[in-house]
This record gives sequence, structure tokens and C-alpha cells, in this order.
Amino acid sequence: MESTKTKDPEYFHKVVDCQYACPAHTPVPEYIRLIAAGKYSEAYMVNWESNVFPGVLGRTCDRPCEPACRRGRVEEEPVAICRLKRVAADFKGDIEQYMPDIPSAKNGKRIALIGAGPASLTVARDLAPLGYELHLYDENHLGGGMMRTQIPSFRLPAAVLNEEVDRILNFGIHTHFKTYVSSLKEILDQNYDAVFIGTGAPKGRDLKIEGRDEGAKFIHIGIEWLAGVAFEHITKVSKKVIVLGGGNTAMDCCRTSRRLGGEEVKVVVRSPFAEMKASPWEKEDAMHEDIPIIDNHVPKKFVVEDGILKGMMFEKVHPVIDEKGKRQLLPTGEPEVFIEADEVLIAIGQENSFPWIERDLGLEFDQWNMPVVNPNTFVSTRPNVFFGGDAALGPKNVITAVAQGHQAAISIDLFCNGTDVNERPAPNVKFFSTKMGIHEWAYDNDVTNDLRFPVPQADKAETLKDRKKEVELGFDLATAFKEAERCLNCDVQTIFTDDKCIECDACMDVCPTNCITFTAYAEEPELRQNLIAPSVNLDQDLMVSGALKTGRVMVKDEDVCLHCGLCAERCPTAAWDMKQFLYNTAKAGHQCSVAL
Amino acid sequence: MSYIKPKFHHPLLPKNKLGYTRKDYEGSISTLCAGCGHDSISAAIVEACYELNVEPHKVAKLSGIGCSSKTPAYFLSNSHGFNSVHGRMPSIATGANLANCDLVYLGVSGDGDSASIGMGQFVHVVRRNLNMVYIVMNNGCYGLTKGQDSATADRGSISKGGDATLFEGIDLCSLAIELGATFVAQSFSGDKAQLVPLIEAAMSHQGFALINVLSPCVTFNNNPGSTKSYEYVREHNEALAGIDFIPVGDEITTNYNEGERVEVTMHDGSVLRLNKLDHTWDPQDKLSIIAALKKSQQAHEILTGLLYIDRTSVPLHTMLNTTETPLNQLKEDQLCPGSKVLEGINAGLR
Repeated sequence: MESTKTKDPEYFHKVVDCQYACPAHTPVPEYIRLIAAGKYSEAYMVNWESNVFPGVLGRTCDRPCEPACRRGRVEEEPVAICRLKRVAADFKGDIEQYMPDIPSAKNGKRIALIGAGPASLTVARDLAPLGYELHLYDENHLGGGMMRTQIPSFRLPAAVLNEEVDRILNFGIHTHFKTYVSSLKEILDQNYDAVFIGTGAPKGRDLKIEGRDEGAKFIHIGIEWLAGVAFEHITKVSKKVIVLGGGNTAMDCCRTSRRLGGEEVKVVVRSPFAEMKASPWEKEDAMHEDIPIIDNHVPKKFVVEDGILKGMMFEKVHPVIDEKGKRQLLPTGEPEVFIEADEVLIAIGQENSFPWIERDLGLEFDQWNMPVVNPNTFVSTRPNVFFGGDAALGPKNVITAVAQGHQAAISIDLFCNGTDVNERPAPNVKFFSTKMGIHEWAYDNDVTNDLRFPVPQADKAETLKDRKKEVELGFDLATAFKEAERCLNCDVQTIFTDDKCIECDACMDVCPTNCITFTAYAEEPELRQNLIAPSVNLDQDLMVSGALKTGRVMVKDEDVCLHCGLCAERCPTAAWDMKQFLYNTAKAGHQCSVAL
Repeated sequence: MSYIKPKFHHPLLPKNKLGYTRKDYEGSISTLCAGCGHDSISAAIVEACYELNVEPHKVAKLSGIGCSSKTPAYFLSNSHGFNSVHGRMPSIATGANLANCDLVYLGVSGDGDSASIGMGQFVHVVRRNLNMVYIVMNNGCYGLTKGQDSATADRGSISKGGDATLFEGIDLCSLAIELGATFVAQSFSGDKAQLVPLIEAAMSHQGFALINVLSPCVTFNNNPGSTKSYEYVREHNEALAGIDFIPVGDEITTNYNEGERVEVTMHDGSVLRLNKLDHTWDPQDKLSIIAALKKSQQAHEILTGLLYIDRTSVPLHTMLNTTETPLNQLKEDQLCPGSKVLEGINAGLR
């Protein structure tokens, strides 16, 4: 008989669904509790340590944590994790006292960081306190990378971005802005100890169909156009705009168009609405601004008359599942559709582009012309060149770039110290009981019944007039508290001690979600059949005890455990305890673990 | 401390034929000591009512005073309830039952409530064969007043204070059989596999159904030397039979060896299927169970399971020939049929 290996921190890490789903593994329940306690600065610091840009991410994160949130499995919607992060950023006090000391005496190692986006800035944040001399290169005159060029101000005000970017730049980073790096060889020739490449996925995909060249003046690549708007090279758009594409960039393009004079802005996308890549809330926000999303339309040609763009022709398709079960988009056979437009924005994806990396430097490129990068250490095939963010493994999102930046920083630190980069440091784990009395816990174990609170938005007429006016207002403190209370505290773990159990069944009887069963031991597939509530979510583990006095075992299905602590409250022998589990992924040199 | 159970439940909780989940049969959160056997019995009642597809509003919960008698607050929150004077639950049950025999009467009592202050009431409700389920949550001590020996504590059982009980304990099952009870069972709070089908069978029985459930008091009587502790009961538990309850219309799926199998068809058509472990005993033979109980007492064993059932049971209502229509449904013309009928009655008395 095998009981669950609860000595392994990874078991409990997986129970904290939100943290586990976050690429940077931010300790979400920990900062949500701090928000509920009114400790906004501390909540901000938990975030800052882990994800570097809490104010940015609290507004713009792709939020992989929220679909993972346990709350979404017991009621309608997950906790508004992302917007609570923003609360920490909005209401924090002076955090200077928590900032790491930047040594004036450097350690003698010089690192070049190419591209001033989230990945490079994360590496800078992690390495500066260790005494590295950091040189940051970017073609623009300001740092932030795609956070500045691709995320419109109405979603991310410049002040918020500047604050978090400048905080890092003020760590004594040598900035080389307005400097386009056109040769990696030139950088390497400057004898840096290591080079980190965080240049993103800077190339927007084009659509080479009929009329593209004739209409070139009226047709723009989405991310380039957004960057033009951000740096105020572009200040207006025509009345009728088509945005091609179904991702978040398309949503940013159409909403920006509405603010620059676009009156009839339409999003046209090949795939069915439900399959669009854009986050559901971004689609909602676009439609709220009177932007129709026309799905199942494949662009056929740009219609240009006398050198002027008139519109586009589309073929209507519908999804069909073929014999192999694959979804295909097949023409419906209906006549092609003409949609009027004065300008078209193409937001159908973006690609990596490394024309500036010479191919004879010992850096291998794969068949897709992507550099070969180790997905754990982020080292390239040249030991002193590291990648991170979209440049490493293809376009993802800010939080992934941050997570990769942390890992690359660890690798750079190991490499510069002559250690094997494959020897990764263990996570920092703390485990302590929350028991305060017979029935009292150090966390708020009552489960509220409140449904998710919507984030208030500014008046639409106002925000459409000013592209810099932020649409979302963020939670006020009273609502933030109530939303924070919706968190189930999944990091307060249910710990079972076999030899204390007298098998009175009290925990099994009281468990509101029927997670606990005492039964005969069996292998997992059979065991799942024998539990008192259906156990169908195979992504969620079973916690199985050793043999108890009667020969049975205790089995807990982690799936819908509310972490309410009732099992421990009703246990007469303290065989159950509620222990708080803090899991922080290792950072370079462990110097960033700010003591709170 | 938590005072409210979270309202969330398992999203795939199965529903019974009425469309209710187990959760719909639960009550408020227990305020008994953590680990109390009574809570397990409450959970068994919830399970039995769920499986039997009982409509919650067709149940009346009755109790006296004591830890046991608090439990009706912790199950079937959508049912009727009456928390009576100490030891007087049988009177209330009798009155309620005669007024409305449409409800399932579920009496919950303890060893003090039944075997001490309420003994007079208990023996009479047994001999009257009132149609009810009478569950005794028996922990051998007065838990609510800090654990003094109760009348069911076995002689020689050591209390938490360290003293052995001087007096002979009252065996409620033997007593009930002696007094003509028509359904007598004994079980253990820590054995839901046995307890749940027993409660289901008791609820299907027409007549008085006693279930004496050994239910350890974790706070005052779970110490070494106590004969009502979790450990002692587990070690000395002698089940008479494996037990399955098959509700009306359900298929029989368990398969016991011929010869050891006893099937008892209940009044409502449901079936109680027993897999006999003791060959000298027959649940419908009073003498065999009296002998088995005496033998087990000498051997310091605790016999559990269905001990005795009388399928010819005639409940009090039938004996008294009282109206089957609940009194609250009788109309004025039935209650007061008029002078002509009265004249007829009077004429019959001349």
C-alpha cells in the first residue's frame, strides 16, 4: 500500500491551483489574504518579488490563474485574482523600505540585456542586487518593450508602466536606449560575461493577398500601428476600419481605432467566435464599445479603386469536423461578402525575427529559424548567451516572459559563478500550522457565498474621447475586501496524521463537499470509484493515508475541497490540521527574498 | 469556530428519485464535541432518508433532553421537529402519531433520556407498539453533565475518573424484546455500512422499531477500560449478519450463499437481506435472540445487527382502530356528523 508522498512540496504546490497555473508561481492566496487584511504594500511586495510588474499585470495579465481557480469549480466564477493584484498596486504605500539594496561595489561581471521588455527587466531586477553591471539595449527611447508599444494606454496608463519600469532602471542599470542592436557579434565583441536576449516577437504577420500592395498606404500591421500610436506618430484613423484577426492584439487595435476617429470599426475573423484567441473579457470590452465581431469570414482580397482602399472581400466559411475529428473551416458556398473600409489593420499573429544574429556565432537555429533554447535553463547552444520572453520559445504573454526571465537570471548567475546551469536551486518552502485554539484558525476559514464582483468602468462616452483615459476603474477597497474574501485559501492545506486518527468519521460526515472517504485501499482508478462523491477530475490528486487501525485508509479528493477547516475542527484527536504552505520559486542568488 | 456550514456542495452530487441530494437532508452544523458518535448517527440518518427517497416534510423528529436529543437540529432541517421534556419524548410521539399517522416518526433519545428519567415512558411506548423509529444514542454516560455513569454503563466499565461502575447496566434491547417490541436492532456509530440499512429497515417497519446505537462519548467515555469506547466497541463487535436493505422496486444485486441467507420482506414491499454469520440465530425467533444476547453478555461481546423482527406486528393505530385520516384533514361534517348519528349511537346504548 502506498500513501501519498506529502513530504514532497510539489504535492501541495499543485493543490494551490492558481499559483500552480501561474507561470511565475506567484503565491496568490498569500497576497489576497494580505489585501483582505488591508496590507496593500505587503501584498504588492509578494507580487513584485514574484512577477515584477504587479501594476501592469493587475490590468493586463492573461490570467491563467483564473480558469484554474478552485472557486470556479464550486460556483459560477473564479476569484477576480488579476484585479485584486491591481488593488495591491493601486493602494500600496511607500515601498522603498522593501527594495533590495543595490551594492555600490560591483561583482565584476558585466551582462548585456538586449531588448527592454518584461523579460530583460526581470533579469535586471534579479541580477542588480547581486552586484552585476547591467547594460540594457533597446531601439526605443523608453523601456517597457511590448508593454509600452502594444498595450494601449486605456488599458495600461503610462504612469503605471513608468513607475514599475523606472523602479528597475533605478537599480543602476546602464541604459542604451535609441540603440538598435544590428549585430550580436558586435555585442559579444564587447566581452560581456553573458548576453541575455529578450527581443520579443517583433514582427507582425502580413497578409499577402490581392490588393495588398496597391492599398499599402491604407493597410497597416497591427503591432506596428499600435507602437505608432503609443509613440504618437499616429494620431488618427479613418471612419471605417476593418481589423483582421481574433487575438488580443486585434482587440487592442479595434478599441484604439474607436478612440482615434474610427466610427464604424469591425473585427473580422476566420474562426468561429468561440475559438478566437482573445481573452473573453477583451472580446466583451470590444463589443461594449460598439465593435461588431464578424466570425467565420476568410479575407480574399483588398478592393482598391483609383489607388484608394474601398473595402475587402470575404469568403464565408463554417466549421466542419472531418473523419479524423479535426475541425476544418470549409466554404459555405455563399457568395463572397464585401465589407467597406477606409483602413485595414492586420492583427493575425506575430513572429520572431532574428536578422541581427549572425549564424556563425555558435548559436544553433532550428528548422523554423528559431534559436535552440533549453526550456528549463534558457541557455542557447552558446553557453554565454541566454534567451527569455517571446524571443525564447515563441510569443506568449508578459507573465511567461517574467517567469522565463527569472529562470534565465538564475542561469546567468550560476554560469558567472562557474556552476552547472542545470543544477537548479530548490524552491523556498514554508509550512506552519494555522491553529490558534480548539476551533480557531489564523486564516478566515468561513466560506462566503458572494458571487464575483464586477470591476466598475469609466463612462464609455468619456473613454472613447480620450485614448489615454483608463477604462477600468479598479475595485474600491470595500469591494476589494469582499472579493478577497471569496478566496478559498487553497494554500492552507489539510494535513492528515495517520496514527492520530480514531476513525470516528467526523471529518467525512462534516465535509461540505464530500471530499473525504474512509474505505478499503485500492489502486487509484478503482479507489476513485469507491469515493462517496464522484471523483472525475483526474487532474486533481487523491491524498491517501497509510493503513488505519481498521485496515482502511483515508482518501481525500483534492478537487473541490473548500479549505474551510471543518474536518480539522470536527477532529477530536487533531489528526487533521490546517497548515499554511508558502511556496516561492527560487530566484537568482536568493537575494530577492525580501523579508516582510 | 465555524457556526455555518458552507452552502457549496460537490458539483456532481447524485440526486435521489425525488431530485434531492444528500445535502438536502442535512441540518445545521453540529455543536457537539468534535468526534462525537452522535454526529455519525446523524449522518447515517441523512444517508438513510436520502436513499429511501423520503420527502423531508413527511418526517417528524422527536427528542427529549441530552446530547443525543440535540441532534435533530443537525439533520433533516426541512422536517418537523419537537424537542420535548426530559424523558417524555414517547408521550409526544404517541400524541402526534395518533393525530397524524401519515408521517414517519423518528424519535432520538439517549441512555439517560430513555433508561433513567424516561424509563417509564420507554417501556410503555414499546408495549404499545407505536409506529415509530426509536434511536437510542447510547454512550453509557451523562455527557451533557460531564460524564457521570449512566444506567446503561456496564458493570465494571471504567469511567474517565478511573472508577469501575458498581451497578448492572440496563440492556435496552433485551428489555424491549421482553416487552414485546416488534423490531429490535443494535449497532455502532462507527459502522455506517450496518447502521444505514438498519435505519432504512426500521423506517419501513410498521410498529415500534428500536435501534440501540453504541455511540462513544469522545470527551468523557472514550478512555481505556470503558466498554463504550471506539476501541472497545470495535474489538468486541460481533455482527450477527451482513446486511442489505433493498428499497421497493430496486433490484437485488448482492449475492449471499444459499442457506445463510435470510430475506425479510417488509410491510411496504422492500426487502431486508441478511447474510447470517451466527447459525443458531433466526431474526424471527424470539427465543433464539434472547439466548444469543445472554451468551454474548457472558462472552463480553456486543451483538450488532438486526436482532429481532416480528412481521405480524400490529401497530397502535390499528389496535385502537383510530382514523387513518390525519386530524388536521378531518372536515367539520366528519368531526360533528350531526344529531341523527348521535341519536343512532344513543339508541344503540339503550
